[in-house]
Amino acid sequence: MSVARPTTVADAIDALSAAPDADLLAGGTDFMVEVNFGHRRPRRIVALRRVDELRGWRRVDGVYDLGALVTYRQIEDELADELPAFAAAARTVGSPQIRNAGTIGGNIGTASPAGDALPLLAALDAQVVCDGVDGRRTMPLREFIVGPKQIERRDGELIARVRFDRCRGPQHFLKVGQRNAMAISLVSLALVADIDARRVRVGIGSAAPRPVRPAEAEAFASAAIDWTTGDIAPDDVAAFADMVAAATSPITDHRGTAEYRVHAVAVLARRALQRAVRDLADGPDIADGPEMRRQR
Amino acid sequence: MPDGSATDTATASAAHASATRTATRSPVRGGVGSDADRPDGIPKVQGRFGFSSDAFAEGMLWGRTLRSPHPAARIRSIDTSAAEQMDGVAVVITAADVPGRATFGLDHPDQPVFAADVVRYQGEPVAAIAAVHPEVALRASSAVEVDYEELDPLVDAEAAIDAAPIHPDGNVVRHIEIVHGSPDDASGEVVVDGVYEVGMQDQAFMGPESGLAIPDGDGGVDLYVSTQWLHVDRDQVAACLGLPPEDVRVTLSGVGGAFGAREDVSLQVHLCLLALRTGRPVKMVYSREESFFGHVHRHPAHMRYRHHADRDGTLTKVEARVVLDGGAYASSSTAVISNACSFAAGPYRVPHAHVEGWAVRTNNPPCGAMRGFGSVQVCVAYEAQMDKLAAALGMDPVELRLRNALETGDRMITGQRITGVAPVRECIQAAVDLPLPDDLGGPLEFPGGTGRTADRQHVRRGVGIAVGYKNLMYSEGFDDFSTASVRLELAGDGRPAATVHSAAAEVGQGFVTLAQQIVRSELGVERVQLRAADTAISSAGSTSASRQTWMSGGAVQGACAALRTHLLERVAGQRGIDLAGARRQVLLLRDGEIHHVDEGWSVPLADALVAGPVEETYEYHHAVTEPLDERGQGDAHVSFVFAAHRAVVDVDVDLGLVRVRQITTGQDVGNALNPRQVIGQIEGGIAQGVGLAVMEEILLSQGRIRNPSFTDYLIPTALDMPQVEATLIEQPEPGAPFGAKGVGEPPTISSTPAVVAAIRAATGLDLRRVPVRPDDIALAPSDS
Repeated sequence: MSVARPTTVADAIDALSAAPDADLLAGGTDFMVEVNFGHRRPRRIVALRRVDELRGWRRVDGVYDLGALVTYRQIEDELADELPAFAAAARTVGSPQIRNAGTIGGNIGTASPAGDALPLLAALDAQVVCDGVDGRRTMPLREFIVGPKQIERRDGELIARVRFDRCRGPQHFLKVGQRNAMAISLVSLALVADIDARRVRVGIGSAAPRPVRPAEAEAFASAAIDWTTGDIAPDDVAAFADMVAAATSPITDHRGTAEYRVHAVAVLARRALQRAVRDLADGPDIADGPEMRRQR
Repeated sequence: MPDGSATDTATASAAHASATRTATRSPVRGGVGSDADRPDGIPKVQGRFGFSSDAFAEGMLWGRTLRSPHPAARIRSIDTSAAEQMDGVAVVITAADVPGRATFGLDHPDQPVFAADVVRYQGEPVAAIAAVHPEVALRASSAVEVDYEELDPLVDAEAAIDAAPIHPDGNVVRHIEIVHGSPDDASGEVVVDGVYEVGMQDQAFMGPESGLAIPDGDGGVDLYVSTQWLHVDRDQVAACLGLPPEDVRVTLSGVGGAFGAREDVSLQVHLCLLALRTGRPVKMVYSREESFFGHVHRHPAHMRYRHHADRDGTLTKVEARVVLDGGAYASSSTAVISNACSFAAGPYRVPHAHVEGWAVRTNNPPCGAMRGFGSVQVCVAYEAQMDKLAAALGMDPVELRLRNALETGDRMITGQRITGVAPVRECIQAAVDLPLPDDLGGPLEFPGGTGRTADRQHVRRGVGIAVGYKNLMYSEGFDDFSTASVRLELAGDGRPAATVHSAAAEVGQGFVTLAQQIVRSELGVERVQLRAADTAISSAGSTSASRQTWMSGGAVQGACAALRTHLLERVAGQRGIDLAGARRQVLLLRDGEIHHVDEGWSVPLADALVAGPVEETYEYHHAVTEPLDERGQGDAHVSFVFAAHRAVVDVDVDLGLVRVRQITTGQDVGNALNPRQVIGQIEGGIAQGVGLAVMEEILLSQGRIRNPSFTDYLIPTALDMPQVEATLIEQPEPGAPFGAKGVGEPPTISSTPAVVAAIRAATGLDLRRVPVRPDDIALAPSDS
């Protein structure tokens, strides 16, 4: 087994071009589990931990730009005020030790249907930036993740960054696990209410092979909300929840039944929308999700 | 606590308990009744404590077990040649290499060291490898070619009773029928029925199985291992190796928890075989995944109940049928079903009872001992029945329990009269008297926790109560004696120091602390050290059945008494005092000095030790018991311990998520010898009880474990752990050393049904299975 430990993206790409089938290692919180279970026997590894360019995040001209090595812990701590739903999602990942190690790039790269950061990134129309031998490619997360643990990463490429536009308005993340912390998601849901575009956007996790965007439900809710008052008819909330649930295609496994997941998605959708319209009703200063800030 | 009054917090009640104690008076620090520190506490917290997985020997090899992937199969052939030829592989052994008895087992040796022709559960060992590196051993294990013919697994416990036997000993490991009073004639004005199920719980100790075997070069072997009972390990290993027991020496290594899962042999025989075959030390450490296949679990149970009572709430008859799935091998199933039947009616006066119990063999994972040992499963059922009965009577559930509570002098359904203390009412009263939590807490404390799924208006609160009891020590005629020796000598600085030697396995429960406390109080010597627990001394019995405080505590106390007599005789001899002729005790060991009662002089203990060390060994036996007879009657148990729990849960009904907010408990402890350790046992036991109530289950599909990892076998985290408030009910148990009862198991018994009762109260659902899963609540038919 060989391990390359580049310190720049350029060196990492060189290492990858020398060994296009190499495994990429960042936080290792998924990778090492597979190794320890004997499910993965890596022959060549390109370890990214020393690539400082991939660390850190910034917000420039209304665009969030996160390096692939940004950890859940950083999201939880550093983005709590600006992106409280993102912080809330990060907070649900594993234990503190896992959150110190696990990275946003790894969450995208693993592309588990249960990836906790993915529903919100999907709802935010996030773009994945890959650097490789042939240069840089940028594509929507929704196109990058093509199936369970399947991504459009080409040989010789690495996930470098994830980007999304700043979105003013309430944002919420809700996740159902079988215990109150450190649980793999049974279903999760992120809801973004974009007050400038007057659009509701929803991302759903663990309810399909990849994150789901329920387009019909989004359009319905966007039209049903009175964006100046935050009013919405209770029947419309219920109809929205049903539409969200109808957009999913979950499986039954040892963690839960498909029936429960569909049911729970509807509950989460209803509650997320109710929280968002409550935020809207609470006043103009809701850009960063006052409900979440209050509760922290 | 003689007045049984409630206190605000666990620590407050513990402090109160120690303040009112009447145990041996002792001026030394850290004696009986104090919150003495654990001798291994600081090393454990600092990470310096040596666990068995840390063991090391120069030149050692690494062992690995090859296990069957199938729950039921015939082995057509095993070809180890490719594995044996791999670089770094020292040896590959199979059933053909077992020189002695081919099988082992706690009660009956019915379990093969290696499967030879048939495998009866997924994970059954088929071969073992020793190699220079664990990775080499792992690769070699996949190079062993085993040709299996898969069979249809027998996985239904009920069907197993009459199904074709999957083992030469048959499928029914034990059938017990209890006929108490005149159940055929008795009846009641109110009758309630119920069917209940308990899933398979894992002990989930922190330190997976591990050990090190070192050949002595003379045909014998030294084994360093995590276990609960050194001497039964030794005897089983020796039998399978074909060696006399003295050629197998077992030393306890640092144990990372046990909870019953280390009673059975796991890697002990394999390790010793590998070491003797290679002539080199061999170490083995199970992974967490392998650990799920490497030890027995708590028996899943199917239970059918019918309770009869008069209109005033007096119980008249209990009928029960209990089927425990023992999995592929017997382990301790015979004793677990005995307990399940003995305690099937709960800690209540029941004049007439008919209980039928079965422990059966299936191709599911073997089940055996786990904290609570048979009393846990039936408590889930009989306490649900008591609530059902209360509802049918229109009576308060607490009142119904108080009305029927056992007390000293009552007979249980096995006909045995309870002669010890039985503060059932005090336990119940204490649990319900502690204050309820008022608010819901912050959002992280709502059901759903960090997932932030619930808002305040989605949370419904419920309160439930449950009571349970079980036996202390082994039952049905078993003489599980304990041996201890105590040595007293002058240390290098000229002050007295004591050394305790006992084979009692310290698995985290705190006997090492108690042994020191007892010596301090009995001999007035503050410096007490413990020798390693090993088989150089006779047996201490198992660290199970909440028995070490009583049994090995009694042995240490007995050794101290013998040592004291020895010392007094020495001083008497030196002073020319005729003790034998005296009509009363004229010499006393007190406050670290030997006093003459009449003459007033005293000799410091140190002076009495100048002539040399003193050492005494004592063997403690509990009262004799008898097996249950053909009607399930008999004085089968030594002593009983009781506890009550009240659970407060918050439920998100739409999502079926539960947050256990608070558990209060009144626990019968006899005397609390170390109140802080008692509280530790209570908190830990409640964590395990909460786990069984709402999340812990080994999920099986056709005999295969679907969740052998801590990713999917969930145990409570800090955010799942309720606030715990405890009141210790201190009524000294007659005949028990220091009046103390074992405290480890009661917290796991009734905490589970209390939580389920609280969920029923919050949801109005008739939940009949534990663990309660989100589907059971969220998708329950609306009319149930």
